[in-house]
Amino acid sequence: MDKDLLIKIAYLVASVLFIMGIKMLGKTATARKGNTLSAVAMFIAVLATLLNSQVLSFTEIFVTILIGSAIGLFAARRVEMTSMPEMVAIFNGFGGASSVLVAASEYWRQAHEAGLTMPAVVAVTVVISIIIGAVTFTGSLVAFGKLKGLINGRAITFGGQHALNALLFLGALAFSAMVVLDPNFELWMLAVMAIALLLGVLTVIPIGGADMPVVISLLNSYSGIAACATGFVLNNQVLIITGALVGASGIILTQIMCKAMNRSLVNVLLGGFGQTSGAASTGGGEDIVVKEVGVEESAMLFDSASSVIIVPGYGMAVAQAQHVVRELTDLLEKRGTSVKFAIHPVAGRMPGHMNVLLAEANIPYDKLIEMDHINDEFANTDICLIIGANDVVNPAARTNPGSPIYGMPVLNADKARTVIVCKRGMAAGYAGIENELFGYPNCLMLFGDAKASMTKVVSELKELVTA
Amino acid sequence: MNAETLLVLLYVLVLASFVGFELISKVPPTLHTPLMSGSNAISGITIVGAIVAAGPMDSSVSKWLGIGALLLATLNVVGGYVVTDRMLKMFKKRK
Repeated sequence: MDKDLLIKIAYLVASVLFIMGIKMLGKTATARKGNTLSAVAMFIAVLATLLNSQVLSFTEIFVTILIGSAIGLFAARRVEMTSMPEMVAIFNGFGGASSVLVAASEYWRQAHEAGLTMPAVVAVTVVISIIIGAVTFTGSLVAFGKLKGLINGRAITFGGQHALNALLFLGALAFSAMVVLDPNFELWMLAVMAIALLLGVLTVIPIGGADMPVVISLLNSYSGIAACATGFVLNNQVLIITGALVGASGIILTQIMCKAMNRSLVNVLLGGFGQTSGAASTGGGEDIVVKEVGVEESAMLFDSASSVIIVPGYGMAVAQAQHVVRELTDLLEKRGTSVKFAIHPVAGRMPGHMNVLLAEANIPYDKLIEMDHINDEFANTDICLIIGANDVVNPAARTNPGSPIYGMPVLNADKARTVIVCKRGMAAGYAGIENELFGYPNCLMLFGDAKASMTKVVSELKELVTA
Repeated sequence: MNAETLLVLLYVLVLASFVGFELISKVPPTLHTPLMSGSNAISGITIVGAIVAAGPMDSSVSKWLGIGALLLATLNVVGGYVVTDRMLKMFKKRK
């Protein structure tokens, strides 16, 4: 009895620390401490659980924890910052899978091994926990595959997709009802699990690469909700509280991402964005005539500029160009040129992707300016350098009501005196539309791999300085 | 579990959700990724349930399901915290 009370008190302490930790995680100055605090909370919760009188198999538990920690530590230390989206996706999936297994274990213990008749309330919580956890698991795996390029990153759509998903969802509900009515018949539970696993795959498959920030945030939220549901199964408050915190944070990020794309969550989840829009929607830009620029001329332009804004996008991550961009920044700043970075909320493949990459390259975070705060500055800027970004600088979003991205908040890069676009070729962006910015009179195209081009620009610029 | 216990748990859920929304509603974009990977580590709290599920001495299906859950949850927790810390360490203000 005393031990049980101690466990409960420890859980209370852990809950408080989790809440404080996540609060601190939301402010730049305290974020690192907040993360440590929540790790301490987790440690306390784990220690307390080991006191539970049902916990006896310490050898197996310690060996498992040791193996899990070793793999986790290895992966976390080794992962490249450019691969962070995949990392987050796969960890999310593990969290979801863990919830499924805990719920399944509890179900099996009660319904099969102990032969108890599960009360309807418990059966409902088990089913919810298994469905959300399973969708999180396979959904995250598909997201991981897409980000890693194992699965086609574009939206995969087929006829009757939505009807099939709706049908499967109804099927999951029907089997869930059977579980509640007859909890001791395991086949119903297995059917629910199988359908949920399939649903996770089918709901993420139609969502294309650039919508990944929304998907990852949403799956993040699901993993919290799954933990929460497990808390109901086990009658454990610390799971419910922390699960709710994670669920809330995921939902908030999801909303921020949707707003930044001017699309509703439903629209993102239905998928297939940018697959159908043809040239018709480009409006007046059927044949965009672009002006090319070479590395030498680019270097000369930078040489005479006094203010530069850099707009990074997913292309910078792919080319691993963040370090050479830092070199360019240093070089320009040494000459008294002001350099700022304009970050669109959905640039990259996950929320904050660009911020992480640029931080890795040692660019201080106060140089990275949010869209709303920098948009008025473009007009007073000599050069706007766009590296691997496309749709987020398309002026059609402001000016062309016929464009599929009309209404999406974009960076006003076109307002800068000169715009240099560093890009591999003329391929359209994620939305599948031409970018009319490329045809603007103040826009110059620097074709080639971002890293290679920037490296050349930097060395040219160095020569100009020493000459 | 009876209806009353369920109701208490629902209270906890509702209040914790409100706390979550209040705490996180204003996060600077710089922290979006660390917040995600950090909260992802926190969602590994299922480790608590996994330990209990893996607890019995005798080998049984439910125990081995628990061991599986424990492995994945530990990976999630340890990997998530370490990678978040690694990221946050990089965020520097201008000197």
